[in-house]
Amino acid sequence: MITAAEQEREHYLNESYGIKSWLLTKDHKRIALLYLATVTLFFFIGGAFATMIRIELLTPQGGLVSSETYNKLFTMHGITMIFFFLIPSIPATLGNFFLPMMIGARDLAFPRVNLLSWYLLVIGGLFALFAMLAGGVDTGWTFYTPYSTTYSNTWVIATAIGIFIAGFSSILTGLNFIVTVHRMRAPGMTWFRLPLFVWSNYATALIQVLGTPVLAVTIVLVFCERFFHIGIFDPALGGDPVLFQHLFWFYSHPAVYIMVLPAMGVISELVSVFSRKTVFGYKFVAFSSMAIAVLGFLVWGHHLFVSTQSVYAGLVFSFLSYFVAIPSAIKVFNWTATLYKGSISYATPMLYTFGFIGLFTIGGLTGLFVASLGIDVHVTDTYFVIAHFHYIMVGGTIMAYLGGLHYWWPKMTGRMYPELWARLSALVIFLGFNLTFFPQFILGYLGMPRRYHTYSSEFQVLHVLSTAGASVLAVGYLMPMIYFIWSLRYGKLAPANPWGASGLEWKTPSPPPLHNFDETPIVTQEAYDYRGVIGEEVEVG
Amino acid sequence: MASDSAAETLALREQFDTEAQQKDASTLGMWIFLITEVMFFGGLFLAYTVYRRWYPAEFAIASSSLNAVIGAANTVILLCSSFTMVMAVRAAQLGKRDALIWFLILTLILGAAFLGVKAYEWNEKFQEHHVPGPTFHLENAVRQGPAQIYFSLYFAMTGLHALHMVVGVCLLTFLIIEARRNRFSAAYMTPVDIIGLYWHFVDIIWIFLFPLLYLIDRHLGK
Repeated sequence: MITAAEQEREHYLNESYGIKSWLLTKDHKRIALLYLATVTLFFFIGGAFATMIRIELLTPQGGLVSSETYNKLFTMHGITMIFFFLIPSIPATLGNFFLPMMIGARDLAFPRVNLLSWYLLVIGGLFALFAMLAGGVDTGWTFYTPYSTTYSNTWVIATAIGIFIAGFSSILTGLNFIVTVHRMRAPGMTWFRLPLFVWSNYATALIQVLGTPVLAVTIVLVFCERFFHIGIFDPALGGDPVLFQHLFWFYSHPAVYIMVLPAMGVISELVSVFSRKTVFGYKFVAFSSMAIAVLGFLVWGHHLFVSTQSVYAGLVFSFLSYFVAIPSAIKVFNWTATLYKGSISYATPMLYTFGFIGLFTIGGLTGLFVASLGIDVHVTDTYFVIAHFHYIMVGGTIMAYLGGLHYWWPKMTGRMYPELWARLSALVIFLGFNLTFFPQFILGYLGMPRRYHTYSSEFQVLHVLSTAGASVLAVGYLMPMIYFIWSLRYGKLAPANPWGASGLEWKTPSPPPLHNFDETPIVTQEAYDYRGVIGEEVEVG
Repeated sequence: MASDSAAETLALREQFDTEAQQKDASTLGMWIFLITEVMFFGGLFLAYTVYRRWYPAEFAIASSSLNAVIGAANTVILLCSSFTMVMAVRAAQLGKRDALIWFLILTLILGAAFLGVKAYEWNEKFQEHHVPGPTFHLENAVRQGPAQIYFSLYFAMTGLHALHMVVGVCLLTFLIIEARRNRFSAAYMTPVDIIGLYWHFVDIIWIFLFPLLYLIDRHLGK
């Protein structure tokens, strides 16, 4: 039961008001909401580019935009979605909000650095937005040299500076998380009592800290090459454009795990809570996150199978890429085993979880196709690759992100979302997603190359299906946007623990007080111990 | 809270329980930041390794055109600044305010001297047409392209290193101002400690840069 008085108590949302209290806040919860607003904006910008791409691809002759414009559309779709949505999405919003709460801390170790990292993302984003409005950039999100350094006549530098700055945002978030997990755990919160969401964000933070600086220095070199023609990537002077690919993928392949590891952490939480069972093989799931973080650094060469890389290097990278499947499969099997004989509830977050497990499995298994040398030569730079990584990034990360957002929404806002609409949106997104991207596997296998806006007419049926799916998907994404905002005012009041979850974040009121807990919690239980935990009833607001 | 603990609460931020926890967190944060710096410079070291292996002759000739004596002198200056930094940290640990300020000032002077010497060297490169660009020319080098790549790496690596030195000099200035305001004591000297770590790290980068850039092909008997 929640009394009116309890709802009027002071919490992080009402302890101060005004623009300044948000823009200068050091509270990790408010900063998480700033991030939420920012990445949502970029998600819809990136989505707008995707919409234009899909409309263009309705017809084989490509009448809507010119080839140059199309090049800019897919470039800006990729840049926006990867650097300004997917990478900050789960760590900087859900992680920022809940990582300190889950370990029983009052805040992250460095609150001012946390605020700085949000500003860096915004400043980086403004550079990228400026480049888009000024005329766009057409190199592809991968910025391959020598096109990006010598030939492209678009806003490469402005965009690259934006990504450089946003990269430091990511580094600082990672640094903050690592120090927080090491130094800020509440009494009794041992490493093996950490929720798996914390483990996966910790593993992600390691990648952010180790990988992102390499991208930063690569961007510096591209910048120097474009401005001063220093020759490092220029074959005319004896430089090697493929060196760029090595440096770029040394970050950008691990970056895939920056995007998906936090999603796996969310799923570990949701699977457990909504089947009311401890996660099967907790330590295996925890260590598999670490294994993915480490192995992720050893597989970048699988992006260079057709880029003059030696065939022996290719063999090693192929083998190591197969190896990543092991920790990934451990997670999927352990989630499935967690469901076994669980008391499963089909609340919205669980629907997203089911969506994630299925789609991630397809994305992961097709990853094995592209990791094998022979098949990769056939499907390189085709829609098969596009479909594969969208199954991971959209089917995996965004599913988990939305699942986590629904799960923690009551804690973040103090309001419940409308369950029926939410379940409907989960279903619409799942169907729309598959209709969009499954045909792309077939398209790619039949030989449709990526980054083309005209194509042979035999591919049209599959492209029309894909565009139809994208329309459904767009509706699916707009629905949560609308009902989440609606719920802020009209949603039912949320109790402290609506799901009967066992984590520390549920042992404090919704929304939490300024410093998360009225007194520092002392942890005496393992994670996911549901004995004696009962979900509280939701009150009509 | 009693007034005698005012200094303590000033230093202890609200997210921490104890000062030891706060100091541990700050130190760990700086170490992790330094790891990111290793990766940042690492990209350049990788490019250096690749091209030196591809073009050993051009790299040797280009390296010989640098003034190793000036480079060695600068190395000594930087090592001395590391020593004065250590002394500053020690003075802070012992709560000796005046010694702290003087050692910080010495470190600052040595750092600035290093940058001055570096500026002189770069200026020389401009006069000798050793700066990458249309007018680049290196005497004795058969292939000008790879020689130019050597100098691109030289400027990128020493330039980024110098940028870190400039940041370090700014941080030292900040420490001197704070020390004069009596912000540090034997109980609270974390900023001195972690900026000291940063300063030593920047020195270590130079310890790698000096032989890699100046001393190729300069072993005994040559």
